[in-house]
Amino acid sequence: MTEQATAGAVRTLTLSKSINEGLRRALTDDDKVVVMGEDIGELGGVFRVTDGLKAEFGPQRVIDTPLAEAGIIGTAVGLAYRGYRPVCEIQFDGFIYPGFDQIVAQVAKLHARTNGDVRMPITIRVPFGGGIGSVEHHSESPEAYFAHTAGLRVVTCSNPQDAYSMLREAIASDDPVLFFEPKRRYWTKGEVDLEHVPDQSMERARVLTSGTDITLVAYGPLVPTALDAAAAASEDGISVEVIDLRSLQPVDFDAVAASVRVTGRLIVTHEAQRFGGMGAEISATITERCFEFLESAPERVTGFDTPYPPAAFEDHFLPDMDRILDAVDRSMGRRNSLSEWRFDG
Amino acid sequence: MLLTHSGEYVQLLTPRGERVDAPGFDPWVADIGSAELRSLYEDMLISRRLDTEATALQRQGEIGLWPPLLGQEAAQVGSAHALRQSDFVFGSYRENAVAYCRGVDLTTMISVWRGNANAGWNPYDISMAAPAIIIGAQTLHAVGYAMGCDFDASDDISIAYFGDGATSQGDVNEAMVFAASYAAPVIFFCQNNQYAISEPVGVQATKPIADRAPGFGIPSIRVDGNDVLAVFAATAIAADRARSGNGPTFIEAVTYRMGPHTTSDDPTRYRSDDELAEWRAKDPLDRVERYLTRIGALDDTETARISEHSDTVARELRAAIRALRPPEPLSFFDNVFAEPNRHLARQRSQHEAYLASFDGGELS
Repeated sequence: MTEQATAGAVRTLTLSKSINEGLRRALTDDDKVVVMGEDIGELGGVFRVTDGLKAEFGPQRVIDTPLAEAGIIGTAVGLAYRGYRPVCEIQFDGFIYPGFDQIVAQVAKLHARTNGDVRMPITIRVPFGGGIGSVEHHSESPEAYFAHTAGLRVVTCSNPQDAYSMLREAIASDDPVLFFEPKRRYWTKGEVDLEHVPDQSMERARVLTSGTDITLVAYGPLVPTALDAAAAASEDGISVEVIDLRSLQPVDFDAVAASVRVTGRLIVTHEAQRFGGMGAEISATITERCFEFLESAPERVTGFDTPYPPAAFEDHFLPDMDRILDAVDRSMGRRNSLSEWRFDG
Repeated sequence: MLLTHSGEYVQLLTPRGERVDAPGFDPWVADIGSAELRSLYEDMLISRRLDTEATALQRQGEIGLWPPLLGQEAAQVGSAHALRQSDFVFGSYRENAVAYCRGVDLTTMISVWRGNANAGWNPYDISMAAPAIIIGAQTLHAVGYAMGCDFDASDDISIAYFGDGATSQGDVNEAMVFAASYAAPVIFFCQNNQYAISEPVGVQATKPIADRAPGFGIPSIRVDGNDVLAVFAATAIAADRARSGNGPTFIEAVTYRMGPHTTSDDPTRYRSDDELAEWRAKDPLDRVERYLTRIGALDDTETARISEHSDTVARELRAAIRALRPPEPLSFFDNVFAEPNRHLARQRSQHEAYLASFDGGELS
């Protein structure tokens, strides 16, 4: 924290307002930053994250685009060639797929395929996750597709301060960054130091509660849920160390491994479907690195391998505190929902 | 908004080498005298020589693959010369005559086809982007770049080269929407070479491709793509429109891919000898040679000089290939990211240890 980080710079903001302030600061500090997306200008975005920015910076800095995601990402590539630093908004998680080719075949690869001659400092903001009772394609968690793609950095924030500082770091990065915003936490309030200087800490995981029995890894919207579960477990005498992963590519395996070497147990939770997800990668890597420290098999508490269901079902689909606590019991070798379970299929 | 009428195309030089009037287009080639036309001819001839040399080098196993541009020399050389060096080119993998005109280093160009590199030249050295292999993707990049030129209040422009097959891609259509909405200073240069690998253009379009652009609010010009003067004029008009703040223009250069899609392709499976003969009669070089000879601008001395020049360039290409050395095995880990990446550094280190585990220290 710098000397300038005085009380005057610390404000209580919602997570969405923190992102708005992060964009404002980036637009102010660097005239090569342009913000582009659907409905982000006059309307201020469907979540009002870009509220007021077009009026302040004008239509060439805050660009309402045609309704075409490949077009948004593809023109951002051209702007990056020209020396710009585009920040693209994808309106909802499930709308990113029309832009997928431009992201994985162009944005992700251009630095490598030009031997570093061309940089792609593009930030792609994506509101993601469920829990808001919305219609289909509005509640998805597509982060693993991008974490799997070489050449992309993938991050997600869980609180207003991280939303502000990680976004500024993402925009300042010379690499493309997928910036996943937990949309059901947009209205969460917290203190934000607006003078926080981007410091390349974005890819570091953060230990939120220290514990000795179980390492519980969460990111984005499920971090508060994980903290609730840890508090409930502690009442039961189980000490849970909650880690907010923050960066999904690269993953701070050093931090997770250090924790598991103490606790001997690992639970990973995310909203995304389980198969081939972040939980699989983290469980596999930690098993490779910490095999001899493990007291039990890593557990995953995730969405199911179904399409994201209609809103009436989402409380079943989304991991919650009780499902995490059930995994805590399993991890600890205590009686749990699967103790008597048999499957003959 | 259609600058040419549907189905027609602009021609200034007939296949027999006759200069014909094309009102509205003639003024744009007024500065191309016999010396300038001879220079365009020289670039076309050298492009063809490079192309046939590369094809031969593939047959000899020196490179793995080559996408010939045989037959498209006028479309590429004519358009390339109507641009400024500060304009930015976004092309596909077949725009190697454009790259030659922009002064590409042959070693970097050919390294891609030898399998040593993914994209070859430094785009900023010749203001020409890394070639796009995903069909049509580069058109959006060209539009974004042009938007940046506009934001910078620069009179630089960009040009997107793509083929008839690309016009079916969503990216190309989105590119035209964005270009029209922002009046981006960009040229859409479609080389309709009649084939997308084996599929004739009729699979992509049942009407002239140039007719599509006006539906996006973009004026279009259809030219004889084998006529270097017509192509130059159309591109100069489009560039002037872009520089003057009048936004995008679409050019359909009607040409023919006389060779295979790539050296791995066999065009005899999908097109006839008669068709090829028909287009051979419309060869882009022959007509310029006939015209220049008739007006006395291509005598034996000049022909010998140009021939010697093309021999030299072909020798340089061959030497460039032979001088290429296998890249360092671990260098494919480099430049995945611009900034340090701990995960990848660890993986690279493990692979380095694996290579070091072999006798002699490296897997050979």
